[in-house]
Amino acid sequence: MIAIINYGVGNLFSLTSSFKAIGYEAIVTSNKDEILSADHVVLPGVGAFKDAKDKLRDSGLEDAVKEVVKKGTPILGICLGMQLLFDKSYEFGEHEGLGLIKGKVIPIGDIVSKDYKIPQIGWNALAFKKKSKLFKYIKNGDYVYFVHSYFASECEESTTSTCEYGASLTASVEKDNVYGCQFHPEKSGDVGLKILKAFCEL
Amino acid sequence: MITKRIIPCLDVRDGRVVKGVNFKGLNDVDSPVALAEYYSSCGADELVFYDITASSDGRKLFTDILTETAKKVFIPLTVGGGINTVEDFDRVLKCGADKVSVNSGAIRNPNLIKEASELYGSQCVVLSVDIKRVDEEFHVFAKGGREDTGIEALSWIKRGVELGAGEIVVNSIDTDGVKKGFDIELLKKVCELVNVPVIASGGAGSIDDFIELFKKIPAIDAGLAASIFHFKEVEIMDLKKRMKEENIEVRL
Repeated sequence: MIAIINYGVGNLFSLTSSFKAIGYEAIVTSNKDEILSADHVVLPGVGAFKDAKDKLRDSGLEDAVKEVVKKGTPILGICLGMQLLFDKSYEFGEHEGLGLIKGKVIPIGDIVSKDYKIPQIGWNALAFKKKSKLFKYIKNGDYVYFVHSYFASECEESTTSTCEYGASLTASVEKDNVYGCQFHPEKSGDVGLKILKAFCEL
Repeated sequence: MITKRIIPCLDVRDGRVVKGVNFKGLNDVDSPVALAEYYSSCGADELVFYDITASSDGRKLFTDILTETAKKVFIPLTVGGGINTVEDFDRVLKCGADKVSVNSGAIRNPNLIKEASELYGSQCVVLSVDIKRVDEEFHVFAKGGREDTGIEALSWIKRGVELGAGEIVVNSIDTDGVKKGFDIELLKKVCELVNVPVIASGGAGSIDDFIELFKKIPAIDAGLAASIFHFKEVEIMDLKKRMKEENIEVRL
C-alpha cells in the first residue's frame, strides 16, 4: 500500500490516479498509523513553503514523516514536497525545512538571467548526474513537467539529475530511502509513470 | 532546455467537443475523454478544456468529464469556462485540473485573480484574454468573444500579471477560425510586456503557422489550437517532428 500524505496542500487526485494507472493502490491519508504502516510514502505539495511546512507541523504529520524515514520506508517528495526535505528555504524569508537532505531552497531568479521566465512552467529534459533507482525505466534526456519558482541548491551529494534553465537546476535527489522530484511525475506522461513504477518497486 | 508546448484545446458544450468559426456556428466533433486520451498518446504537451457556454448562461462545467479524463490522462490539464469565484477553482481542482483559466469572471472581478493566486499559487491561475482590434486599439472581449468591454487589452494583461496570473492565453478573435496564422503583431506585444509564460491562440491553420510563431517570437511558450487538431488537418506528431527539424526545442 502507498500512502499519500494529506496535510491540506495540493491536488492529490492526479497522483492517486497515476498510481492506479500503473497497478498500485494508493490511499490519501492524514492518519499517522496508516502512514507508518505503508510500504511506500509520498509527500506531495504545491503552494508556498512556509504555509506547507506549518500545515505539516500543525497536523502532527511532521513527526510521522521523520519516523517513516527512520524506519527505512521509501519516501518520495514531489515538487514542494521535495523542497520540504531540505534544511532550509528562502521563499519569502528564511524557513526551516525537515532537514532530511542537506541543502537549501532558493529562488531560480537568484541565479538565472532575466530572459528566463519565472516560474519555470513546462517540459524540460533530465540530465542524469548519478545512478538512481528511480531511473530504472527511463533514459537520460527524457522530458518531465516542471512548475516551480524555487529550486534546491548546495545539494550536489544527493542530486541525481538536473535540468537546464539558464543554469543547472536540481531536478531529483536521493539519499538512502529518501527520494525527491522537483518535477511532477504524475503530470509527465509515460516517463512520469515509469518513475512512479520504479519507486513502487523499491 | 525547456520545450515549446503544443496544446490542443477542447471546447466542451453539453458533454461534447465543439469548435466554431469565429465562435459561431458550432458543430460537434467527438467525445472529450476519448479526444483527450488520443491527444495525450500522440504527443500533446498539455490539454485545455473550456466550457464555452458557461460564461454566458451560467452553465456549470461537466466535472464528471474532467474527472474521467484526469483518471486516464497524465499531462497537465487546464480548465476554463464559468470560473467566477474561488469556489469554482476549488470545484475543478478537486476533479483533477492543474490550472484554472479565468476570463469573463476576472473582468467582472479582477480580485478573483489575486484571491485565487494567493490560495492556490500563481502557477494555477491562467488569465485567458479574447482580444479584437477596435479602432486601431486592442480591446478585451467578454462572454465568449461576443461583448466588447472597451478595456484596452495590453493594460488588462499587465494588470492580470500584477494581480498574480501565472500564465496568459492570448486569443485573437481577428485570426481565430480563419486559419491564416497566429496574430504575430499582438503576440509580440504581449511577450514584450510580461515575464510569465504566454500561450498563443487563434489562427493556426497549418504546421507552417506554428513554425512561423515560434521563429518570429522566440519568447512565446506555447501554441494552442482546436479545430485543426480535431479534424486532423494537423497531426501533433508531424508538427513536433517538423519543429525539431527547424531546431525548435520540442518534446518528442
